[in-house]
Amino acid sequence: MLNVKENMIVEFSPELLSQFGEIVMRYPEGKQKSALLPILHLVQAEYGWVSVDAMEKVAAFLQIESIEVFEVATFYTMFFLQPQGKYVLEVCRTGPCCLVGAEKIMNHIENTLGVPEGEVTPDGLFSWRGVECSAACGYGPVLQIGPSYTYYENLTPERVDELINDLKANEKEA
Amino acid sequence: MGRKLLLEHIEVPGIQSLSVYREKGGYRAVEKALKTMSPDDVVEEVKKSGLRGRGGAGFPTGMKWGFLAKPEGVPRYLVCNGDESEPGTFKDRYLMTHIPHALIEGMIVSSYALGAKVSYIYIRGEMMPQIRIVENAIAEAKAAGFLGKNILGTGYDLEIYVQPGGGAYICGEETALLESLEGKRGNPRIKPPFPAVAGLYGCPTVVNNVESIAATVPIVNDGGEEYAKIGIGRSTGTKLVSASGNIAKPGVYEIEMGIPVEEFIYSDEYCGGMAGGKRLKAVVAGGSSVPILPANLVTTTAKGEPRLMSYESLADGGFVSGTAMGSGGFIVFDEDQCIVRNTYNYTRFYRHESCGQCSPCREGTGWMEKILYKIETGKGSMEDVDLLWDIQRRIEGNTICPLGDAAAWPVAAAIRHFRDEFEWHILHPQEAAERNYGLAHYADPLAPVTEESSN
Amino acid sequence: MAEEIQNFKVTIDGIPVEVAPGTTILEAARRIGGDIVPPAMCYYSSLEGSGGKCRTCLVKVSKGSEKDPRPMPKLVASCRTTVMDGMEVMNVTSPDVLDARKGVVEMLLINHPLDCPVCDQAGECKLQDLSYEHGVGASRYEFHRRTFERIDIGEKIQLHMNRCILCYRCVFVANQLTSSRQHGIIHRGDHAEISTYIKEALDHDFIGNVIDVCPVGALTDKTFRFKNRVWFTKPVDAHRDCPTCSGKVTLWYKGADVIRVTGRKDEYNEVKEFICDTCRFDTKKTADWIIDGPTQISSESVIASNHYTALQPPAVIKDNPALKEANVEQMARSERLK
Repeated sequence: MLNVKENMIVEFSPELLSQFGEIVMRYPEGKQKSALLPILHLVQAEYGWVSVDAMEKVAAFLQIESIEVFEVATFYTMFFLQPQGKYVLEVCRTGPCCLVGAEKIMNHIENTLGVPEGEVTPDGLFSWRGVECSAACGYGPVLQIGPSYTYYENLTPERVDELINDLKANEKEA
Repeated sequence: MGRKLLLEHIEVPGIQSLSVYREKGGYRAVEKALKTMSPDDVVEEVKKSGLRGRGGAGFPTGMKWGFLAKPEGVPRYLVCNGDESEPGTFKDRYLMTHIPHALIEGMIVSSYALGAKVSYIYIRGEMMPQIRIVENAIAEAKAAGFLGKNILGTGYDLEIYVQPGGGAYICGEETALLESLEGKRGNPRIKPPFPAVAGLYGCPTVVNNVESIAATVPIVNDGGEEYAKIGIGRSTGTKLVSASGNIAKPGVYEIEMGIPVEEFIYSDEYCGGMAGGKRLKAVVAGGSSVPILPANLVTTTAKGEPRLMSYESLADGGFVSGTAMGSGGFIVFDEDQCIVRNTYNYTRFYRHESCGQCSPCREGTGWMEKILYKIETGKGSMEDVDLLWDIQRRIEGNTICPLGDAAAWPVAAAIRHFRDEFEWHILHPQEAAERNYGLAHYADPLAPVTEESSN
Repeated sequence: MAEEIQNFKVTIDGIPVEVAPGTTILEAARRIGGDIVPPAMCYYSSLEGSGGKCRTCLVKVSKGSEKDPRPMPKLVASCRTTVMDGMEVMNVTSPDVLDARKGVVEMLLINHPLDCPVCDQAGECKLQDLSYEHGVGASRYEFHRRTFERIDIGEKIQLHMNRCILCYRCVFVANQLTSSRQHGIIHRGDHAEISTYIKEALDHDFIGNVIDVCPVGALTDKTFRFKNRVWFTKPVDAHRDCPTCSGKVTLWYKGADVIRVTGRKDEYNEVKEFICDTCRFDTKKTADWIIDGPTQISSESVIASNHYTALQPPAVIKDNPALKEANVEQMARSERLK
C-alpha cells in the first residue's frame, strides 16, 4: 500500500501546466501517457517530492487512471513519495565507487548530518541516501543533488564538509 | 597514438557548441547522407563498417537496421538508448557532456537511414545536466536547419525529442526502455515480437546506444570500408572505454579495437598503470555484468596469448577463462580489494534493479544478495558457496530479459576464479573482518595449456 | 472463398500434434493433454497479454522448424512461444527443463508463507499442485520471508499479498473486464506488490473474477472465508438468467447451503465465461439457480479423492536412465499413491 499519511494538496501553476502541455506535444496523438515521467520530474522539481494528490492531478491531466501513475512513480527510484530535505545528497554506492571509497563518504555524511539514510535533518535542510550506479565511475566517489542533479566528483571528507557548509551558507543568505 | 573518430576534437574549446563543432567538420555527414545518399545507401555503409552495438550485446548495427519492418503508412522510430547505467560505464555521459552534436548528427543520419520522422533520445533521469545539454544541442541544430521540416532543402523532415528516465537500470534493456518511453513501468517485454516489428507504440523501431549512433557519423563521412579497416577481425572501428577503479588515470578513452589489454592498463596514453604503485588483482572488462577475471587471465588468455581489447579476444576461453567486451566498462581492482565484498555489492545492485516481473530474477537476486551478505559479514558456511552456484545457475538463461544473466554471471565468475577467497572468508571470519585476502596467487602465471591438461 | 489453412506439425515429448499457425507451444501441448502439458501459473488463455512471467512453463525447443532446424539457444516460455512447422519440443523428456522448473518452483516458494493449513485456496491452489509435482521436500532458504499486511480491497475481496506470486492475472482482469482499473502493481523487484488505488475499494460488476483467476490464495472471497475446506464441498453446475453475464456458474454446496459461487473452470483451472459479481456474491440460494448437474471433476482429482494422481509420463522416461534420474522425485511420489 502507498503511504498516504503525509499528503500535500497541490495546485499546478499556469506556467507548470503550460510546460506539461509542451511535453505532451512531443508524442503522437493519444500517446500522452508518454509524458508521465517528464511531468513527474517537473512536479518533483517544483514541490520537492511527489504527493498522492499531485499524482492524482497528473493522472487527471493525462486522462489516465490514478493507479497508472502510482505504478510508475513507485517503480522508478528518482521519485520521492515522501517529503525530503531541501537538499538530498545522493551518493553512488555501487561497485566502482566503492573501490575508491564511497562507503567512507557515506559514513562521513551520516556522521556530519547526524541522521541515518532517508531521514531529514531537524532544520529540514538535508537528507541523504545511497543510490545505485550514477554512471560516473571514473570520477568516484560521486554524489548528486537534485532537482538539477549537479554532480560532485572525486569526493573526500573535506570536500563533503565544504559542500555542506556552502549549502548552509547559501541558505542563510537567502 | 591511436586514431580517434569520436573524440578527435574533444579538447577543442567550445566544441559543445554547434559553431565550433561545424568548424571542425561537424554536420558534414548530414549534408552527405541527405544530399548524396539514399537511406538504403546509408544502411549499406553501416553494414560494411561492421559496427557492433556499443551498448553491451555487440549485435551488428547494420544487421539490426536491416531487420526493421517497413509496412506502408506506419511510422517508424529510432530511439537512442542513453540510459547508461551499467556499473563501470560512463562513456555516453562523457560523449553527451562534451560533444553532444556528435550524437545529434548521428541521430539525423541514422533516422534518415531508417525513415524515421520522429526520434527520441532516452537519457537516464539522473543525467539532468546532460539532458539540458542535448536539448540545447537539438535547439541549435534546429535553428541551423538540420532538424525540422525540409532539412537542407531535401524534403526530409525530422524532430528529435529527449525523454528523461526515472531511475531504473532495467530501462537500458531496449524493450523496457520502450515501455518507459510509453509512460509505463520499465518491465521488459516478452519477445517476440521484437522492436524491429512492434516497438514504440507498436510501430517498427530501432533502439541503438549513444555511442553506436555517434559512430555512424565517421562511417558516413569516410565510408564503411574505411571504418572497417580500423580494428581487428570482427571488432571494427574504435571503441569508447570507461576506465575506473584503482588506476592512475580513470576516464573515458577512445581506443582502436585490438590494442593489448596490457597496453591499455599500463601505458600513459590510457590508464597510466595502477594507482599508488599497487599490484593488479582483477579486472571486470566490460561493465559489472561480465565475468570478473583474475590478473593472470586479464592480460593473457588461457592459451598464453596476449589478450586484446576486442570482442573476440576478451571472450577467448568462453566463460571458463574469458569475459566479454560488454559496454566497455573497464573496472580495475588492486590487491587491496575484496572480491567477496565486491560480489555482494554487485548482487545488491541487481536485486535493487530487478523489475520483479519474472520469478527467477525477482526472487533469485534477493536470495543471492542475502547469502553474500552472510558470507561477507563472517556468518557464511561452505554450503553457501555451493548454494550460490546453484542459484545463479538456475537464474541464468531462464528469465525474460538479460538482467537475470547479468546478475548471475558476476557471481558465477567470482566463485569460479576466487573460490578460495570465499572459503577464506568463511573459515576465517574474524581475520576477514580485519584484513583483505590480498593478491594471493591471482597474478601468478598460469601453467601453459598442454594437450593433456586441456583434455 | 476461404483459403484452407495449412496446419503446423509439432512434436512434444515425441507425441505429434497438428495445430493452426499462431498456436503457442503450451496450447499445442494442451491439445495432446496429460503429463506432457507444461504447468502455467501466470498464463491465462482468455486474458490477452498474460503469460511469460512465472517461467514454470519453460520448455526446450530441440528443433526450431522444418525450414530452420537449429535448436533454440535457451529454454523458452511455452505459453508465449508460437509453434513452427516441424518444431520439436521437449518438456518432461528434457532433464534441463525439469531442473529449471525445479528452480523456478523453489524461487516461487522462498518467500511464500506456506500457510496452506489456514489458506482457503488449499485444495485448488496451483502453487500447491506445482510444489507437489516439481518441488523439493525442504527449503534451502534460511532468511526472513517477505511479509505484507493483509488488506481488504473491497467489501468482498481480501488480499493476502504474502501469498502472491505476481502473475499479473488480476491486473489483466481489471484492464480487460472492467471499465476502469483501480488496482495494479506498485514498487518493483522483490518489493513489488498488488495494491489498490489508495483506499478505494474494488467495486465493479466483474471485479470478483480476480478471485477466480488468482492461481494462489492471494485474492480470496471474503464471503467464503474459513467456511469450509474446498474438498469437503460439493460442486454443482448451475445457471440463471442474468442480465449482466452468462449466468453459468459452479455452486459449491455444504449440505443444502450454497457457500460459494465461482465461474466454471476447465481442467487447466481457467474460467471460460467470466461471471458478474451479482451471481458470485449475492445469489446464494438454490432457488436462485437452475441446476445443471454435478460439476465434472475427475475422480482422480485432488478435490475428489483428496490425493494426487500417479504420474503418467511418456514411456520413454522409464527406459532412458537420464530421464529416469531427472524424474526420480516425481516417480517416487507416484509410488506412494499406488
